Amino acid sequence: MEETDVVFLWGSNAREAHPIWFHHVLKGIRNGARLYVVDPRRTTSAQWADVWLGLNPGSDIALSNTMAREIIHAGLQDLEFIGNGTSGYDGYVESVEPYLLEVGAQLTGIPADVIRDAAHTFARADRAMICWTLGITEHHDAVDNVLALINLCLLTGHVGRWGCGANPLRGQNNVQGGGDMGAIPNKLPGFQDIELDAAARERFEQLWGVKIQPKYGYNLTEMLKAMGRGELTSLYVIGENPAQSDADTHHVEQALQGLDHLVVQEIVMTRTAELAHVVLPAAATWCEGDGTVTNSERRVQLCRKATDPPEGARDELWIMSEIARRMGHDWGNPCAEDVWNEFRVLAPDFAGGMSYRRLDELGGIQWPCPDESHPGTPFLHARLWERPPARGRPAPFSVVHHEGPVETPNDEFPFVLTTGRRLESYNTGVQTASYDSPLRRGETLDLSPEDAERLGVENGDILRVTSRRGSVLVPAHLDPSLRAGLVFMTLHFPDDVATNLLTIDASDPKSGTSEFKACAVRVELSTTSFATR
Amino acid sequence: MDLRLPDAVPTDAERSAVDAILGRPESAWDGGGRGRARDTHMAEFGGRASRARRHLLLPALQGLQARIGWISEGGLGYICARLDVPPAEAWGVATFYAMLATSPRPPRVLHVCDDIACRVHGATELCAALEHASGPPFSHAPAAGHITLDPDRAAWLHAPCLGMCDRAPAALLIEAGATPMERSIGGLTAVRAIELLSGADPGPDAAAQPPFSQRGQTHESGFALLARVGVVDPESLDAYRQAGGYAALARALEMGPESVIAEVNESRLVGRGGAAFPTARKWETVRRQPAQPHYLVCNADESEPGTFKDRVLLTEDPFAIVEAMTIAALATGCEKGFLYLRAEYPLAFNRMQRAAHAARDAGLLGERILGSGLQFDIEIRRGAGAYICGEETAIFESIEGKRGEPRNKPPFPVTHGLFGKPTIVNNVETLANVLSIVLRGGAAFARTGTAQSTGTRLFCLSGHVGAPGIYEVPMGTTLGALLDLAGGVRAGGRLTALLLGGAAGAFVRPDELGLKLTHEDTRAAGVTLGSGVVMAFDQTADLRDIVLRIAAFFRDESCGQCVPCRVGTVRQEEALHRIASGRTRGGLVAELALLDEVGAVMKDGSICGLGQTAYAAVESAVHRLGLYGPPAQAAL
Repeated sequence: MEETDVVFLWGSNAREAHPIWFHHVLKGIRNGARLYVVDPRRTTSAQWADVWLGLNPGSDIALSNTMAREIIHAGLQDLEFIGNGTSGYDGYVESVEPYLLEVGAQLTGIPADVIRDAAHTFARADRAMICWTLGITEHHDAVDNVLALINLCLLTGHVGRWGCGANPLRGQNNVQGGGDMGAIPNKLPGFQDIELDAAARERFEQLWGVKIQPKYGYNLTEMLKAMGRGELTSLYVIGENPAQSDADTHHVEQALQGLDHLVVQEIVMTRTAELAHVVLPAAATWCEGDGTVTNSERRVQLCRKATDPPEGARDELWIMSEIARRMGHDWGNPCAEDVWNEFRVLAPDFAGGMSYRRLDELGGIQWPCPDESHPGTPFLHARLWERPPARGRPAPFSVVHHEGPVETPNDEFPFVLTTGRRLESYNTGVQTASYDSPLRRGETLDLSPEDAERLGVENGDILRVTSRRGSVLVPAHLDPSLRAGLVFMTLHFPDDVATNLLTIDASDPKSGTSEFKACAVRVELSTTSFATR
Repeated sequence: MDLRLPDAVPTDAERSAVDAILGRPESAWDGGGRGRARDTHMAEFGGRASRARRHLLLPALQGLQARIGWISEGGLGYICARLDVPPAEAWGVATFYAMLATSPRPPRVLHVCDDIACRVHGATELCAALEHASGPPFSHAPAAGHITLDPDRAAWLHAPCLGMCDRAPAALLIEAGATPMERSIGGLTAVRAIELLSGADPGPDAAAQPPFSQRGQTHESGFALLARVGVVDPESLDAYRQAGGYAALARALEMGPESVIAEVNESRLVGRGGAAFPTARKWETVRRQPAQPHYLVCNADESEPGTFKDRVLLTEDPFAIVEAMTIAALATGCEKGFLYLRAEYPLAFNRMQRAAHAARDAGLLGERILGSGLQFDIEIRRGAGAYICGEETAIFESIEGKRGEPRNKPPFPVTHGLFGKPTIVNNVETLANVLSIVLRGGAAFARTGTAQSTGTRLFCLSGHVGAPGIYEVPMGTTLGALLDLAGGVRAGGRLTALLLGGAAGAFVRPDELGLKLTHEDTRAAGVTLGSGVVMAFDQTADLRDIVLRIAAFFRDESCGQCVPCRVGTVRQEEALHRIASGRTRGGLVAELALLDEVGAVMKDGSICGLGQTAYAAVESAVHRLGLYGPPAQAAL
């Protein structure tokens, strides 16, 4: 990050959503990197950029395919790398051919010369990287969006080298760690495929003494659907607040209320916990227990217990072991290091070399780290550059096409609502609402000065915002970073303004993520006062 | 970057004052209006292109000050929007410089010098009379003062040394407006001051006529910095060339950079700004730096009280400075030079601007100078009333549009100077010497003066001398001989002390007139040549009052960045006030011991020369003059 030449921040307002990580961006800028920010809004991140590309919501694939076509036609692609480390290039070239600069400009709204400049800058850079977050993944075609960005990196050889790469930024300190440890429906710990990797299954079966079903589980969206169908009747929720954080809140709450048995393990009383049959008060493991976290750069770091949990709250390992014991499985009384060492045995290629002692001594290690002499892996995919081509399959280009958001504005719902975060608040406020911040101004509908003038709206006026799914009252906030037709809300204050009553429950079948980033709404001045709504 | 701009809206006049400096905004994102179609889906503001314009902050603030008369919140916010600078940072800069006002002020302001040289010519009495007649000097909270003045039209202020010591008592008249007016005033009287405050035409600039003493001075050695002064039209490039101008540059182009530096090295020229560092060594070091670009800064922020030699060179021989800077650029590989000129010299600014413009038109600046491969241009930047900006790194900060706070050294300017690049900083007089060194050779130059102090030197004689002015003498001339050249002590006067080197210099006694004016002799005597100030005082001068004024000067001009200087200059002034009022703490001996101790801390612990020399003049008054007690007590 700090030693790259060009950074594309694509669908990320890291200045507010990843403020610590953004310091590293600033260091990179200080060291001479150019910053391009792709976002419908001219966010605070975009205000640091050399170029802001203000695309229309959901036109990311159009932009990346147009850039790709321009790169190919200008002869700026890295043919040597493409030949050595990739597959599917010809099909890709063919697929992007319709995306002329003018077509891209039409679909994204970004002037053609600006797209051209972005393409050339990215391709010509010695080192360049694309970093993205939910602006890419909270769409109904999330996976295609990601693949489109990976295509750009493969096309230009900006992968597998220092200062390059395609980097999803994680939203919490341990989102990556959750995946590492198998908290995803299709993988065993260490990203071992539960259906395809029989050897891995066998390792787990031998150690655990149970049969592992070679069957993918549900992701959250699928779980909600299964609840709706009455197929899923019990749910154990650990540290998640789906009643407020998921799209189309009405629907989610109904599903949760319909469960036979809802268990919520939490450190605070969330809305989801209020709906639960059983609430298990848990210790806050980041300070009241031991363990590891894995950050966005795959660095596994030790977390040490600093204080005792409050009366009645239990260590999460204890809770789970105790549940297992009462269900007839005696796991003993494992500590966090015991669990970690078991993981190292079960995922040796991934974590074999990461003992607690080494994690402590080195201040964290980037996986994969197969043995105790291995220094960790600062960046992935270096093998794509090896000659002759190294083990594993070449990185495939993927053919993806522009679809645009499921909902487009029409006469009835003329605005595009996009959602996101602000610096001082985090998601539904579970972790932040109890802290005061001078920056916090409550939920607002942010709209452009042009729309405000047209609607006769001033700062603080109460608006009624209506989508096909619901309607909320919310004060207006004039925001010059928005253009006419585009409005913005957060999801930080669900008790005051349930933004997700408005959002669409369309989701990506491949990843299960919902299209929080675009839905069509109507905005009217409300005659109701906010206090008496 | 993401900014939180003030809600205050700039007036149209403020917008146009800023746009006159920065050009018109290009989009909604850099302070322009919304409505341009492209702006909805793209912006190119806030990145490196914006950061590259950050240095225009001070000129933009000066633009507002000059046209509007003060910097309002709306005006400041507009500059911040245009330059992508946080308002707090811009406020920090605006409040750093004495000549920028951040509260409403009448358009016409008379800055009345009450510093040392003007003080011994009645500035104190003049200010008292002015206060009696027109009310107290302007303050941010307009009081009941300004009895005879229209408070919406004019105000007056005390000012530190304006560099017009040869015309004392002096003032600087500034009138903000669409066509700002700035005029140096000499020989000021209370009556004239009131006239000026009432709207009278100030007439021609007092700096326009050089004093008779310095006209066309020549030397048998042939090295004369003042040869053209008062003789050659300073506004005519042709006149300059007819008088031998640009022969040195032509010669330097033939010689090439290495030979130019070799000659300067042989001349043993050292800096004339006060620090006396070998010029060739600086040049050679910058020349060899691989980092690009290299910058040249001509330090014309002549603010040492009692100093006005550079003013005379800049005003009377501006092309010589342009030519000398071009030669320095050739020798050190600079394509861009800045002349940083103190704000108090409006005529010098006009003349230098005119000269640079004429040189550019004649192909003597810009690309392919004199048909060679040399490319160089000069940008003139003005100070805004801050003594500290004459410090060699504070000047970079100021040119970069920041508060003029000196940097820690190392790294030194020759490797990390302006914008972090290798930079030459030379004083005006230093550069002026280069012309004759190139033309006549370094060896010939070194034959004037002494072995260790070569060439001639400009001295600024003021105070109670017969003929105040600039005098050029070979190094090694005695103080007495120099004083005689200026007509000795004025008629009826008896010399009681001399101040050598300015406020950062030292007092010497009347029995020290045999002192040879060289670096080595002054150093051995525990004093300094500094910037060439020689200020004489007769029996009418209140030396303790002058020492207090010097202490007040340092307290006011300390940038406040480092503790020894920020606190020390205050403690020093307080002790002197207690002594003056007779209310000492623990007696005179204890106060003098405290002064010594505070002085030692400032000398040892300050970041830059300001703090390091803030006690020098006071110390010499205590120990050398015995101004506060018998010599036994005052022994060093």
